[in-house]
Amino acid sequence: MATSATSDVGLLEQMDTDQLLGFYRQMYLIRRFEERAAEQYAYGKIGGFLHLYIGEEAVAVGAIAAMTERDHLFTHYRDHGYALAIGADPNAAMAELFGKETGTTKGRGGSMHMVHPPRNFWGGYAIVGGHIPLAVGAGLALKHKGEDAVSVAIFGDGSTNAGAFHEAANMASLWKLPVVFLCENNLYGMGTAVEYASAVPQMSTKAEGHGIETEIVDGQDVLAMYDAMQRAITHCKEGNGPFFLEAMTYRFRGHSMADPESYRDRQEIDHHRERDPIPLFKEQLIEAEKASNEAFERIDAEIEEIVEQAVNFADESEFPDPTTLFDWVYYSEGEVGKGPDRG
Amino acid sequence: MASTLADLQSLEEDQLQQIDEEGIREITYRQALQEALTEEMQRDDNVILMGEDIGAYGGSYVVTRGFQEDWGRDRVIDTPISELGMVGVATGAAMAGIKPVLELMTINFALLAIDQIVNHAAKISYMFGGQFNAPTVVRTAAGWGQLSATHSQTFEGWFAHIPGLRVVMPSTPLDAKGFLKSAIRGEDPVLFIEHSLIYRNRGPVPSEDYTLPLEGSEVRREGDDITLISWSRGAILALGAADELEEEHGISCEVIDMRVLRPLDTETVIESVKKTNRAVIVEESWRTMGLGAEIAARIQEEAFDWLDAPVGRVGALEVPMPYARNLERLVIPGKDEVIEAVRQALA
Repeated sequence: MATSATSDVGLLEQMDTDQLLGFYRQMYLIRRFEERAAEQYAYGKIGGFLHLYIGEEAVAVGAIAAMTERDHLFTHYRDHGYALAIGADPNAAMAELFGKETGTTKGRGGSMHMVHPPRNFWGGYAIVGGHIPLAVGAGLALKHKGEDAVSVAIFGDGSTNAGAFHEAANMASLWKLPVVFLCENNLYGMGTAVEYASAVPQMSTKAEGHGIETEIVDGQDVLAMYDAMQRAITHCKEGNGPFFLEAMTYRFRGHSMADPESYRDRQEIDHHRERDPIPLFKEQLIEAEKASNEAFERIDAEIEEIVEQAVNFADESEFPDPTTLFDWVYYSEGEVGKGPDRG
Repeated sequence: MASTLADLQSLEEDQLQQIDEEGIREITYRQALQEALTEEMQRDDNVILMGEDIGAYGGSYVVTRGFQEDWGRDRVIDTPISELGMVGVATGAAMAGIKPVLELMTINFALLAIDQIVNHAAKISYMFGGQFNAPTVVRTAAGWGQLSATHSQTFEGWFAHIPGLRVVMPSTPLDAKGFLKSAIRGEDPVLFIEHSLIYRNRGPVPSEDYTLPLEGSEVRREGDDITLISWSRGAILALGAADELEEEHGISCEVIDMRVLRPLDTETVIESVKKTNRAVIVEESWRTMGLGAEIAARIQEEAFDWLDAPVGRVGALEVPMPYARNLERLVIPGKDEVIEAVRQALA
């Protein structure tokens, strides 16, 4: 097991300012998008579950930046961050939360099932661990077709206690499939601390049991994430089989909007908030004289506008047409997929 | 769940195709499946087979014997005993553009994979707004034969409950081959349910390439007095009962093979019941909450005024399957129970 160093100064020096500011921009977009979503939830514009990613943005942004357009992505349900980082339109993402026809899945999936097919992001999935075998399957397809690409599964620490993870990890390792297992260890499975749910404190230990190489990375450091993800992807593309990357991170908000947060105290949250990935990265860039305060102010203002526009777009969009209720029960054409199919 | 020694010994003679009096080629149900798999693998390099013991072992019901030798380990993949994981892997692979045909040793083990079948494969097209699909093909087998409580069940009703899945349960070699080829070429997830006791059954199958649409039931025998409704091995049982009822009691039965359990076509059934005014449904599973209950409900909804008797149902007795031969025989309905139910409906 390797543990990568936080804040690779060399990498910061090598990267150009546009790319670095791009990372900041994406993280800030995700943050503000979700803060506005939380507000819209309070207004009753958004229903059901709303799982916020606030505090974990560096994981999505760093990891996805290392992926190419040929790579596949399957994630868990705390998925707004991945959708935005991989290029989904913020308007469509917000419209999906509002349950509108213009949403990423036309109001069918909601918060937990964001997608972006143009970049092979095949969705957020809401049964804990259930998407991990799907990602391994995509890895099998890539290997079968001899494509120079990887399949990425992103999941939480809680998933590694589920059978689906172990079955999929064993097959990926057994068949040497190009699959990156990216575990976001945010120390809680819903409201249960990892120490009450997992017999080992590091989830990567379980992957090692399946013969998979692992690394633990600081998930609050976007550059460390980017760097580690690049290594993980290279490992897979060189035909060495899967790789398991464990990103140590923390969720600043509740599990969902309904969470009373009775399982952790304010002090603990404040302690982790000191390592908020967004100000952390901003300070790093200013210190290294990669960008000025004005540059950040410009980006912040731009994001504010994008998010405001997304809320307005979502609000003004139409709800799905009830006559389309039965569309896509079957993907294939034919009467059976349309109309009030009696099943 | 291994095949019996007798089963293996008889396999050789089964493999000989026969030509009947009219010059039509007859092959077994097992051969029909083998032909479908072979032809689809020849047609498309992206068709692969996956499953427990399908390689060197040849498959628990010997359907894939010799396939790994012919196609290699990359196209015929032995999986670990991981039903949940392997259905998920097959589904993800189908999403990413290849076509795995996954063998689940028996439908009893499908329970381990139910989350992947119900919450993943069946949902993907709809949940993501029809932007992509997950056309997984899962082959599995129902059946019984002194295998006791956990290996003698048949859960087609559980899966036929789920919008988004296609569930087929062919009773003839012709349907088996045509359905399997359609499933492999299709765009939707398909649960393809075989039956361990009919692999050796013979039937006419054309030599040329054909597929059958995954929809619609079929009248197997025309009759006037009563409609018998079943599927898979039950349809064969119903046909046997119909012969005896005709010969010994002068009762003319119409027999309908449901074939496709989702989407469930009851139009043919309704039409038939409007003609015969009586119906008996035959199933090998427990009647409570079963498919027969759904079919009976639709008959009363749509043909109530045509019924001259309550819709009869013949099913398994509501106990876990016992091992002892005599007890097992009590649980699974046979020809006598079907005949008795028909005579009651006509009494």
